Amino acid sequence: MPGTVPGPRPAIVPDFGDDTADDRRIAIICSKGNLDMAYPGLIIANAALGEGVETHLFFTFWGFDMVVRSRMHDLRFSPVANTAMHLPLRDLRLPQAVAPAPGVSAVTTRMMRRQLRDLGIPDVPELLDQIVAAGGHLWGCRMSADMFALDESDLREDLEGIISAADFVEKTAGAQLLFV
Amino acid sequence: MPVVQIRERAVHVDDEGFLSRPEEWDEDLARALAEQIGITLTERHWEVLRFLRADYADRGQTPTTRRVDVVGGVPVKEQFALFPRKPGRKMAYVAGLPKPHGCV
Repeated sequence: MPGTVPGPRPAIVPDFGDDTADDRRIAIICSKGNLDMAYPGLIIANAALGEGVETHLFFTFWGFDMVVRSRMHDLRFSPVANTAMHLPLRDLRLPQAVAPAPGVSAVTTRMMRRQLRDLGIPDVPELLDQIVAAGGHLWGCRMSADMFALDESDLREDLEGIISAADFVEKTAGAQLLFV
Repeated sequence: MPVVQIRERAVHVDDEGFLSRPEEWDEDLARALAEQIGITLTERHWEVLRFLRADYADRGQTPTTRRVDVVGGVPVKEQFALFPRKPGRKMAYVAGLPKPHGCV
């Protein structure tokens, strides 16, 4: 009522989208196997699942390493050709001439792993565990498997299948697509 | 900042309906908040809520689903079963805390 002191209003209930038919889906193509490039797709996938969005990941080319059991614990970060790589001292860049030197990628990989750990971010296999636990779907690329001479026995057990690009496109009809 | 009435009590909330003063929360209010989003609290829900409250009191931020799993001991899969579809937000809402800001 105008002119009166406003009293408590009826409760406001957040809209969690439970009553609306939400057919939003996200398809993420993970094509890189460097430690730094493994994370963007996985973090978006994890966030999408937390928002109730159906999420599919397709591991292809170098991204295949993320789901190969013998390789997934050993992704590396190299500063070669990465001009955005800074030393932990303000804005000092790592000189590109130094980047390919022996041992540099081992050091930068250790540094990056430590930074991620300090932020409480799990390593790649554990983040994939979480994505699967949250209902995410993992798919391997048929052509990459053939190219690298790998089959299901080499891959994470929760990978739902090795499928062709066409199959993935069909499975994710209508999804928003993200290529990493 | 809106003041709304829940179970005959006036509580401060943000524009979406999340409690903006976590100290106004108690277990009775949690039951009412859960009911509003269609959740009946079981003992397992309470374990999650108590962890959220304690962790928030400790660290000043709402734990993410990952933290509820790793530190709170309730697996992510179970969180989705207890607080369907959007566990991070729903847990925070029922616990009377701000939405979690962490990415993972």
